[in-house]
Formats: sequence, C-alpha cells, structure tokens
Amino acid sequence: MSDTAKTYKIGQHPDLPPPRTEVGVLGWFKHKLFSTPLNIALTLLAAWFLWSVIPPLFEWIVLDSVWTAESRKECWGKMEVPEGGACWAFIKDRLELFIYGFYPAPQRWRVNLSFVLLIMAIVPVLYDKMLARKFGLWYSVAFPFIAGWLLVGGFGLTPVETDQFGGIMLTLIIGVTGISFSLPIGVLLALGRRSKMPVLRIVCVMFIEFIRGVPLIALLFIASTMLNYFLPPGTVFDLLLRVLIMVTLFSSAYIAEVVRGGLQAIPNGQFEAADSLGLTYVKAHLLIILPQALKISIPGIVNTFIGLFKDTTLVLIIGMLDPLGIGRASLADAVWAGLAREVYLFIALFFFICCFSMSRYSLYLERKLHTGH
Amino acid sequence: MAVISENGANTRNLITRLWSNRETRSVIIQIVTLTVIFATLAFIFRNVVINLDARGKEFNFDFLFHPAAYDITFSPFIEYSSRSTHLRAAVVGILNTLLVAACGIVLATLLGFIMGILRLSSNWIVNRTVYCFLEFTRNVPVLLHILFVHGLIVIQLPVPKKAVNLADSFFLTNRGFFIPKPVWESGSGLVAVVLLISIAFVVLFKRWAKKAQDSTGRVYPVLGISTGVIVGATALAFLAADMPLSWNIPELRGFNFSGGIAIKPEFIALWLALSYYTSSFIAEIVRGGILAISHGQTEAAHALGLRPNRTLQLIIIPQALRVIVPPLASQYLNLTKNSSLAIAIGYMDVVATVGGITLMQTGKEMETMIIVLLTYLVFSLIISGFMNLYNKKMALVER
Repeated sequence: MSDTAKTYKIGQHPDLPPPRTEVGVLGWFKHKLFSTPLNIALTLLAAWFLWSVIPPLFEWIVLDSVWTAESRKECWGKMEVPEGGACWAFIKDRLELFIYGFYPAPQRWRVNLSFVLLIMAIVPVLYDKMLARKFGLWYSVAFPFIAGWLLVGGFGLTPVETDQFGGIMLTLIIGVTGISFSLPIGVLLALGRRSKMPVLRIVCVMFIEFIRGVPLIALLFIASTMLNYFLPPGTVFDLLLRVLIMVTLFSSAYIAEVVRGGLQAIPNGQFEAADSLGLTYVKAHLLIILPQALKISIPGIVNTFIGLFKDTTLVLIIGMLDPLGIGRASLADAVWAGLAREVYLFIALFFFICCFSMSRYSLYLERKLHTGH
Repeated sequence: MAVISENGANTRNLITRLWSNRETRSVIIQIVTLTVIFATLAFIFRNVVINLDARGKEFNFDFLFHPAAYDITFSPFIEYSSRSTHLRAAVVGILNTLLVAACGIVLATLLGFIMGILRLSSNWIVNRTVYCFLEFTRNVPVLLHILFVHGLIVIQLPVPKKAVNLADSFFLTNRGFFIPKPVWESGSGLVAVVLLISIAFVVLFKRWAKKAQDSTGRVYPVLGISTGVIVGATALAFLAADMPLSWNIPELRGFNFSGGIAIKPEFIALWLALSYYTSSFIAEIVRGGILAISHGQTEAAHALGLRPNRTLQLIIIPQALRVIVPPLASQYLNLTKNSSLAIAIGYMDVVATVGGITLMQTGKEMETMIIVLLTYLVFSLIISGFMNLYNKKMALVER
C-alpha cells in the first residue's frame, strides 16, 4: 500500500480493479449470503431447510409419481415404496368432474364455449392497446348475461339445473359474477357513503359496516336457510342465484371501502374545477373524479377480487360442489380414498395460478399507471 | 285547451324547478330512498310473518333455555354437558371462537413480524424462501389450508399408542396434542402477588424514566431493569415459597392419553392454518410499513448521534407502527371472521353450535342467525373501536 503511494504522485494513481471479493460472483456471495455471522447462520439454516424439503417433494410430485392406474391400490402397487409418490392417476380419472361438476356430458360444449368467450371478454379489459377496444368492452359487459344463458339454457338450449354445476366451472361462475357486479355496486356505495345527503350516507354506512362485520359463511347460511322467509310464500329461488347475490353484496361492501379510499385521495380542487366548468354531479364523477379515483384504487380492487375468488370455496359448506367439494366427495370413494394430498395440492395449484397471475397483473398496472413523480 | 296545456307546462316547470334546486333535489332523493327502504323492509317483514305463520313457527328466543341435547367435545372454559341449555351451548361456541381468534392473533402477529422482517433482509436465500412461502400461502384459499392441516394431523400423525414423543412430556397424536398441565400448590399465591407487584413497579419506573429522560436527557436502561426486576423478583418468590408448581404429565392409558392438557386436533388445525394464512398478509403489511419510512429518517437519526438500535426504537418503529396498525387491525378482524370456517372441520365455534346444530334441532333459522351475526358484529365493533382509539392517539399532529 505504502509502496504504491510512494511510486505515484497524487492524481496519477492508475485505476486498480476492485478487490476480487467485492464484485462478481464472489462479491454477490459475500454480500448477499455471508455478510455477518447472523446472516451466515440464516443462510445455512435456509439452505438446510430447502435441502430437506425440496428434493423429497420433487421426488413425490414428479419422479415417483404414477400417472396411469385404475385404483389407489394399483397406484401404490406401481411404486417402489407404497405412498412414496403422488398418484396423479386419481386426478386424471376425476379431471372432468373437477372441471365440469355434474354438468351433463352432451352439453359440455356449452361450458367450453363460455370459457372461450370468457377469455375473449377478459382480453379487452386487460389490454388497453387492443383494436376497437370500445366494442370489446361492451362485449365484456354483456358477457355475464351471454354466459348465463349458455350455461343455464332455455331460449332454444336444453335447460340444465344449476345444482348440476360444479368444479372449476362453478368457481369461475361465482368469481366472475361477483367481480363484474360488485364493482359497479361498490362504486355506488362508495359515492353514497361520501354523499352530503344524510339519509343516503347513513344507509350506505350501515350496509357496508354490517357486511364487513360478519363472515361470508354466515351470509351464505342466510342465503341457504333464511332467505326463503323474506320472499313471498311459494317463491322458488335458485340456490346458486341466492349465493351469487350474497357473494356480490359481500364483495361490493369491500370494494366500496377501497373506492372510498381512492375518492378521499382526490384533492378538493378537482371537484371544484369540475363544478366551475358547470358539470353536473354525474358528469363530473364519470369524467373527472372516478377515472382518477379508480386508478388509485386498482391494487385494492384487485386484492378484493383475489379474496373473492378464494372465498368461492366457502360454498362447499352449504353443500355446493366447488373443486374442493368435488375433491372431498371423491375422497369418500373407497376406490381412491386416502389420496387427500394429491387432491389438495391440485386444487391449491389451481387457485395459486389464478390468484398469483391476478396479483402480478395488478402490480404491472400499478407500475404502468404510476405517472406521478 | 290552452288553459290545460298551460297548467301542464306549469307543473312540469315546477318539477324541473324543484329538481334543479340542489336543496329540494336532495330532499326529494332522500325521501324517495327512505320510502323505498321502508317499503322493502315492510314487505320483508310481512313475508316473514306470513311464512312463519305458514310453517307454524313463532319468533322468540325461548329455545335458548331448553336442553340442547348435543355434545360439544371442546369446552375448555365452562362446564357443558348434553343436558345443558342451548344458551350455554351458544356461550361455549362464542368462547371457542374467542379462544381460537385470540390464539390465532398472537401467533399470526409473531409469525407475520418475523417473516416481514426476513423479507427485508439482504440475505438472498432467506428473502427468496420467505417470499415463495408467502406468495403460495396468500394465494390459496384459507379453507384449503384448514382442511389440509387438519388432514395432516388426523391422517399423518400416529395413533396415541405410537405417539410422537417430545421429551417424555409432549405427545403429538392424531387424537390431538397432549401437553403437561401446571398444577399450582399452596404458596403459589405469593408468587402471583410478587409478580403483580413487580409489574406495577416496572410500569411506574418506566413513567419515571421517561420523565427523567424528557427533562434531563439521561437515558436509563429501562428494558434491562424491567426484565431483571420481573424475572428476578418472581424467581426469588418462587424459590422462597419452595417451588409451589408441579406438572401433571399426560400418560398413555389404554387407547388414549389421560392427564395433562388435551388439545383437540380441530383446534390445532384451525389455529395453525388461520395463523400462518393471516401471517402471510401481516408480513406484507410489516414490510410495507417499514419501507414506508424514508431513509432520510434513519440518516437524520444517525446524524443526531443515535446508535442503530436506538434509531430503530425511537425513530423507525413508532413511525412504522402508524402505517402498520390500521391494516393490522383489519387482518385481526379477518382472522376472527375466518375462524367461522371451523364448521368445515368440526371445531365447535359459534357458527357450528348456534348456527349449526341448534338451528338444525330447533328449526329457528331467524333467531339463531341473528345471534351469530350479532356476535361477529360485536367483535368487529370492539376491534374497530380499539383501532379508532389508537388512531386518535397516534394521528399526526399537523400544522
């Protein structure tokens, strides 16, 4: 060190490369894994944990798994160690049940068609650079009604009872209906809660706080046991429809709170500017306030949707057969009983893929819309 | 003819005039809203009366005082037998809900804070591991977690005869976990009194130390002294009273364990699943809260000469808590409401007792659901009440 200081004059020191332990792979290891004694301990602990969890799990899920078998016995018989691998043959055997529930087989093209239409309806909502997006959006608004007609039937199609709905299809029905109807209701509730009219405000506050204060399962119980008392005697009301209404009301209360947060973040100047332009309440909100407020609330809204999507599993408790319900019913079958892990993992994976992609999309939107400083 | 049309125009004029006046318009809207709501309520009320009459039912809560005639296997706080009343069953259910909610909140907070801080760690492998766990947990329905953990305990754990034995006193089986039960002997009252006195002393000392710090700037090692006093005094009292504590250790008798505390698998499954599910949300809240404090605050504290742990204690944590606590409270509320999923695995909470078996036996849908709804509304009112108090105390005082 002192040597070099002597050899070179101040300001004429040639650039030395940084120490080898500070940059590159070594530097990364040093800083990201082994910087302090605590970090070393944590790294070793995490490495040990991963080493003891991932290889056995990989072996169970992939290497030792069995994909074709007629029963659990045959499945386990094919393995070197019984129960040493996953028996995916079970899921394969029940896949149609998991997707369509008990929807009559000759009519399943309607479910498939609705699914394709659903994807077509999602595209204009997600991509703002699409051609003729306005028409696409109109189609998206109309989609729940088209799909409802396709799935339930009538008007030329063979009617299908809604108690035959089940599986992933049921999850998507409840999720999509809840999502598409709770947003407008939620926005109205949020506006009502901020209204200057006391009656409207109190009604909205009471509704929102009541719904947010009770668990969804209690509301579903009300839908399944109590709602008949509220309707004129003799009214027959489809259980699925009752559940859809309850789920929509439930998530609209949460959406309302998220949107209210967004509305509160809009500075007063925006309202005043809209007023001074002579815009009416409706126009001011549609053109000025809501576009900004909704933009701020997008992460919260998507989070509410994710919650709603996950909560669709609760219909299992009032006896509807969502994937989880199908899974539990299949586990009761003596031929396959005892394969709970496979079923739960399969359903978990389905929900994970749906919810994780929703949350990723919301992150992407957040970044894209972050036009502030 | 002319007169009539003029009259028509006049009335139309009047309506448009009333409508364009903001005050009258708001009055009209409110009256219409009220009318619609009352009409709907009256309609529902009428239907309820007719429907109840048609089914020969009456709206009353008399059933609460009739014998329930069903068993509740888990009632750790009050005595309950199948001859007890429905009211008692309801209370057992409410207490069970509270128990699992309280235990869940404690564990979820603990796990959530640990994972939230680990997510901020610069350690790549720890950071990524925790991230994967959090994302997977958050994006899978809580009901699935509950069923999964319950299945894990009931299917994977051995029968009592082959129980997983931890230090000969903790036993994990598929019939539940068995842990030693503390038995307090004479003289333990003294220990309790000493403990209470030392806690009171610590509270007073803390106040005095804060005052002293405010006026003189001297910092006293409050935490060290407090723990020292509480632990030391209690341990001394414990020794002086000749260790008035023994443990009732569970023993295998026949096909099951007896003695000790038996924790039902349903409770454990619900508790663990709710805790780690909620903790994955709390971790994100904690992480966000700490990240929300700008780095300038840390630098300013360092510039003032505060040591890192004092910076954390005096600057970062108080500010981060302001961001963390409101969403934290709503997570607590979510956990409490999610505990109603107990019914899926047979844990006897308020939904399973009142809203489940009592409803089925008595056919009193309205009354039982009202009790269930009121229970949860009261819980949520209490939690949000505390929340508001806290917010008021912590709110930024701006100029």
